[in-house]
Amino acid sequence: MELRSNAPTGPIEQRWDKHRFDMKLVNPANKRKYSIIMVGSGLAGGSGAATLAELGYNVSCFCYQDSPRRAHSIAAQGGINAAKNYRNDGDSIYRLFYDTVKGGDFRARESNVYRLAQVSVNIIDQMVAQGVPFAREYGGLLDNRSFGGAQVSRTFYARGQTGQQLLLGAYQQLERQIGLGKVKMYPRHEMLELITIDGRARGIVTRDMTTGKVESHLADAVCLATGGYGNVFYLSTNAKGCNTTANWRAYKKGAAFANPCYTQIHPTCIPVSGDHQSKLTLMSESLRNDGRVWVPKKKGDTRKPADIPEDERDYYLERKYPSFGNLAPRDIASRAAKEACDDGRGVGPGGKGVYLDFADAIKRLGSHAIAEKYGNLFEMYERITDENPYKQPMRIYPAVHYTMGGLWVDYNLQSTIPGLHVLGEANFSDHGANRLGASALMQGLADGYFIIPYTIGHYLASNKLEKITTDHPEVKKAEAAVTDRINKFLSINGKRSPTSFHRELGKIMWEYCGMARNDAGLKTALEKIPALREEFWKDVKVLGDGFSLNQSLEMAGRVADFLELGELMCLDALERKESAGGHYRTEYQDEGEAKRDDANFCHVAAWEYAGEGKKPIRNIEPLDFEYVHLATRSYK
Amino acid sequence: MNLTLHVWRQKNAKATGAFVTYQAKDISPDMSFLEMLDVVNEDLIAKNEEPITFDHDCREGICGACGMVINGAPHGPKQRTTTCQLHMRSFKDGDELTLEPWRAEAFPIVRDLMVDRSAFDRIIASGGFITAPTGTAQDANAIPVRKENADLAMDAAACIGCGACVAACPNASAMLFTGAKVSQLALLPQGQPERYDRVLKMVSEMDASGFGSCTNHGECASACPKGISLQNIARMNRDFVKASLTDGTRDASGDTGGAG
Repeated sequence: MELRSNAPTGPIEQRWDKHRFDMKLVNPANKRKYSIIMVGSGLAGGSGAATLAELGYNVSCFCYQDSPRRAHSIAAQGGINAAKNYRNDGDSIYRLFYDTVKGGDFRARESNVYRLAQVSVNIIDQMVAQGVPFAREYGGLLDNRSFGGAQVSRTFYARGQTGQQLLLGAYQQLERQIGLGKVKMYPRHEMLELITIDGRARGIVTRDMTTGKVESHLADAVCLATGGYGNVFYLSTNAKGCNTTANWRAYKKGAAFANPCYTQIHPTCIPVSGDHQSKLTLMSESLRNDGRVWVPKKKGDTRKPADIPEDERDYYLERKYPSFGNLAPRDIASRAAKEACDDGRGVGPGGKGVYLDFADAIKRLGSHAIAEKYGNLFEMYERITDENPYKQPMRIYPAVHYTMGGLWVDYNLQSTIPGLHVLGEANFSDHGANRLGASALMQGLADGYFIIPYTIGHYLASNKLEKITTDHPEVKKAEAAVTDRINKFLSINGKRSPTSFHRELGKIMWEYCGMARNDAGLKTALEKIPALREEFWKDVKVLGDGFSLNQSLEMAGRVADFLELGELMCLDALERKESAGGHYRTEYQDEGEAKRDDANFCHVAAWEYAGEGKKPIRNIEPLDFEYVHLATRSYK
Repeated sequence: MNLTLHVWRQKNAKATGAFVTYQAKDISPDMSFLEMLDVVNEDLIAKNEEPITFDHDCREGICGACGMVINGAPHGPKQRTTTCQLHMRSFKDGDELTLEPWRAEAFPIVRDLMVDRSAFDRIIASGGFITAPTGTAQDANAIPVRKENADLAMDAAACIGCGACVAACPNASAMLFTGAKVSQLALLPQGQPERYDRVLKMVSEMDASGFGSCTNHGECASACPKGISLQNIARMNRDFVKASLTDGTRDASGDTGGAG
């Protein structure tokens, strides 16, 4: 498989402009002759579907939730980065680009990252024009705060609900197009197969989750904006419904899957409280603006936090990374927390927690000011833990939050299947091996608002697409594959629920492919996962039928795909014999800091499906760093 | 702890439903309400009974997917808390709980505790937006917004569209939901050009979807997990009256949006 990034050359600041000019256009009158499928309605999918419809294309948009407004972008808390330099603190497009490449531990494509930084400023303008109520100062202008991995304040926010407000902005724009008849919305529809004809993506097969109807939808191009696959770990900060099925179906039809092992473990989540736990809740990184992270210096110290005197506390992030302090990037902060807990200095039940303490900030600013900034997060924390963070420090622990890996895309966001474009978290493109805080919202909206509207036109104008109908044999084949799979789930009549398999897979993934990985562990996982998968296909129990709403059936399909993806993640982690960002191999370290191997691994690994039971093929896209020179990441 | 649940079971919109009683055993007070239902569902599957269907997704109180009436109260007994954020420590051993779906003509039952809230999407599609096509925006700081208005707009925008307001209202009115969106956009300068046209369209769609009228009970605001205030209804009513008197063609220029 040939991986052509199609990234333009020349001075980096001119690449996107030049590329936009070089791309072919579809004239306004012809746009209405084309149809585009958008799977997913989050920041990338919602903004993309709305914008493509504004341009004149006929768009069909699909989501598994009951409304596009519920996509999981809604749960993002802290903020969105933009290189506006409104703080006059030295920010620039180049600095955002630099921070993102460095934060990603030099494993992202420079051209893509620069473009992301460029369009970041347009995103804020666009969202303000739509009525997103960002936080403002008394003079009426926009406020900012700081996020990890940056020494400037470039994060725009709407209390602790930035994702919600941005998503509702995009959703409203999408609903407007639905009202105008330019977008046909299919809520409670799950994509279960990709249709390819003559090597091009031409449609999808969906199941109407209410009626069970399996149906094909055809188009001139298909976009996947289906989010990340963090739920492979069972416990994550993702919504319960988040899944890899759309991406996995595309992978099995020939779309390369890039860097599946790059997962982000977020340092500040509420710790697990018991075996019943169904998901984990994030406490925004923005809290690290004012909260100080610490553990007791002494091992096994069970005193109440208030009883531990100042000189017996280890503010380990401030100690180890004095110039970034509590705002060290996520991968580094997570590992430091794990290290403290492994050292026997963790706090709370099972010693799996560290303190995030607001006492100093409350003393300095008053509890009113803290409530204004973080009130809803503090309330959420108290609801879940029954502890009051104004009076005692929060207990936090790292949890799976985001996946930097995803379907491989070129500079035009096109996968290795022509006509299949991938947006937002679902693609692998911009964050390298570690995403910086407040950059996911930025990337989702960049892809949907400002990139796909240009690049998809280029695809449509450059290709002659035959008219197809739903009686095409490839369509029938894809439909039959979906129906067979559904019937298979319903006919196994085993003993174990889909959830029980999911939990077991999650435990394997967390133990062997979580915050710290090594050769032996990954090899163990590579034995356990296929065995579990085999058991799943023999012993899963799905009650009910395929012709009505059946949540167990939906779950079974998703777990089946996670059971395959998990194996690929471990394989990728095993073969990447270096540490980079969120991928930490204990064999490759420098006193606990990730040690990259640029000589051998300065590349994207894009996995190609080779058929049932065959080892997938590891393809390579080399990465060049012309502007941000390869260097050991230091936040000290 | 152990609890007794009386759960509304209904196979689809057309089927006849009924309450079925289940036991929730060995429930930890640290479980969320939905985790308690997960346990009950796993038990049901083990007994070859179909699990209880309910909507849920983020389980952190922001997506608005979950929601059921628990002992007569939408989202249960704890104020300003969605069902997914409700924890079992709010209940005690031996409690009997009745679980029902949102009941409203405009929200037909899909299955068990899951309802169809697409009427809310239609209300937004009718006018709950600012027409700002991608690419047309000026610099974000070109339009200052008074902090007080930005904060009030944010208060209104915090609505998660769960539908608890409709379920709580004796008339099944959607005034709080619609009023929150009308208010948010009317409070901001960007929302002025379409302000009066918007309120007419949204109210008209709300009525067409079969929601009832507001008779000032205030149950909606008290059930709202996000604390959306009744003031939003007042703002909407004021704009609606103004818009009706002028047929929605009132020139809004110079009106920068009052705080209401």
